[in-house]
Amino acid sequence: MPMDLSDRDYMSSGHVGCPGCGAAIAMKFVLKALGEKTIMVLPACCWSIIAGPYPQSALRIPLIHSAFETGGAVASGVRAALDMKGDTETTVLTWAGDGGTFDIGFQALSGAVERNEDFIYCCYDNEAYMNTGVQRSSSTPYGAWTTTTPGADWKKMRKKNIVEALVAHRIPYAATASIAFPEDLVYKVKKAKWIKGSRFLHIFSSCPTGWGLASELSVKIARMAVQTNIFPIYEVEDGLRYTINFMSKGYLVKEYFKLQGRFKHLTEKDLDQIQEIVNDDWDLLLRKAGLFPA
Amino acid sequence: MKKVLEGSQAVAEAVRLGRVEVISAYPITPQTHIVERLSDFCADGSLKARFLRVESEHSALAALIGAASTGARTFTATSSQGLALMHELLHWASGARLPIVMAEVNRALAPGWNIWTDQTDSLAQRDTGWMQLYCETGQEVLDTTLQAYWLAESVNLPVMVILDAFFLSHTYEPVDVPDQEAVDRFLPPFKPRFQLDIQNPCALGQMAPPAVYMEMRHSLQQAMEETPQRLAEMETIFEKSFGRRYGPVEAVACEDAEIILVTSGTVTSTGRQFLQDLRRQGEKAGLLKVKMFRPFPYESIRRYLKSAKKVAVIDRNFSFGASGIFAQEIQAALCSLPVHPIVFGYIAGLGGRDVTLSTLEEIYRKTRDQDLPSQESLWVGLHEVDHANGSF
Repeated sequence: MPMDLSDRDYMSSGHVGCPGCGAAIAMKFVLKALGEKTIMVLPACCWSIIAGPYPQSALRIPLIHSAFETGGAVASGVRAALDMKGDTETTVLTWAGDGGTFDIGFQALSGAVERNEDFIYCCYDNEAYMNTGVQRSSSTPYGAWTTTTPGADWKKMRKKNIVEALVAHRIPYAATASIAFPEDLVYKVKKAKWIKGSRFLHIFSSCPTGWGLASELSVKIARMAVQTNIFPIYEVEDGLRYTINFMSKGYLVKEYFKLQGRFKHLTEKDLDQIQEIVNDDWDLLLRKAGLFPA
Repeated sequence: MKKVLEGSQAVAEAVRLGRVEVISAYPITPQTHIVERLSDFCADGSLKARFLRVESEHSALAALIGAASTGARTFTATSSQGLALMHELLHWASGARLPIVMAEVNRALAPGWNIWTDQTDSLAQRDTGWMQLYCETGQEVLDTTLQAYWLAESVNLPVMVILDAFFLSHTYEPVDVPDQEAVDRFLPPFKPRFQLDIQNPCALGQMAPPAVYMEMRHSLQQAMEETPQRLAEMETIFEKSFGRRYGPVEAVACEDAEIILVTSGTVTSTGRQFLQDLRRQGEKAGLLKVKMFRPFPYESIRRYLKSAKKVAVIDRNFSFGASGIFAQEIQAALCSLPVHPIVFGYIAGLGGRDVTLSTLEEIYRKTRDQDLPSQESLWVGLHEVDHANGSF
């Protein structure tokens, strides 16, 4: 798929993301796809820091920082004010991490999409509270070490399926995307831009710091997450129509886990069990997309 | 035009006349009549505003933070637990210097569940950087709501317009509702000093390192300090159009008074009646109503109280482990004077218990007959509760 992207960047150098930060890559592509008529709502997350301290900003669009749990609500207010001023063209974009989306921000997000507020909500998912130093979130996958799931107490619950939670609200558009598939990511952002109502994008954004991963492997690991079906990329329209955007050959999850420090405590048995979970989830997704597994 | 309105409806009339653009609210008793009336105005087109029916008070204020940052005139209303839930964002709104106006209906906090009036909910928010204006009547509620926008937008601070649950929110009174044209002259469209604007991209509310954070807080305090002057200016304009003014405090018969009762909210009306009785009996008594609690009107308070012998502060609120909150602040205001009156702090009417003429009589008698208060806070009207037998 050819990428139709402007040369203009809305993210400048001088941001304070870590080397290999998946969330910085995600931001670059999302803003390129949306363009300058965008206002960003940024609840507490890594990007609250990455965007830079007062009086500087690494983004070339208007940006409002807000409290951790308010991504859905602040965006509702920005949209309401723009509508009252007759500006229906500017896109309101909430940019939140997995904590601000899956956990503390879930109430405001659920409230906003139930009202079908007209904005795009992007969750860049690095699978833990990375800004505060790698604590578990409900997006942290089964098997992962974090500073609050250390040693033998590694996380023994599955990752919350946030897209399905949004789909249950019957929102007009929900999709997953990955920094390793920028064409697909840009296509989805551009598509979301022209849909009215609540749109949700779940972007897999690797975190070398929190995952115990070499910085240069950040994009590779994100690609492997898709190729192993750990993080399938797909779209759901109106809470009903599923489209899977990449059909994997089904690589083994072991290879994905091997490269990351956060999974190094897992035994062969644990990995086999995780492979089963991933296979089951993939089969379920195929069914939803009307593609019944063999 | 005179209309017979509830206190809640008076708030809603002012919001309509103020041409508020974005309303966001979550219902809570006894605030509901305000948002219901505003819903009617939005539905019948008499107010052109977006009304966000959000899923919590926290989101109600968060949405207004977004809307006000985008340059809209905004309103919300809440009470008690709802205000407590907003607490985090109260700081956010003032720190971001947003001129949001909120009606706050004073209601007691649970447990036990209690929907009746009590000021602890709003007074517990005294350090959040919001102006606080306590109202006595339906007319004052309407006028103060309009004035709140003028003040908020002139110094870039949020304002709480505060009214007692039921005694004011649900009480019908004749209220003079001003003409739209007159209100438009008093309150022109909101022109924000800064806002989210795609023509001029900037970041709002971002990280502030130690090198700048303190200066930001200081500028907020400077805005608070500027407020009394702005209030006086605003009231002169308001009085010219509407013939009414209130001031940060109102002193009744304080010039020669030896004992002055200090009140806020609807207790003031009972106090006015009581004062007449006292004066008729030849008592040298006075009454000071405190309307503006933040910024605290130190100068006015000192001016009216300094020559009294004793001051009896009636607090319908309490700070546990300390004392009544108005009493604390009034003591602090007076103690820097070389000679100052003795402050008696009374706790009365918590959780909606009536503060009647006889309550005030007891307070006055105790103050007159004792040289010094026997305790930091003197609780009035406590009765024996037999929990085991359920009698009280």
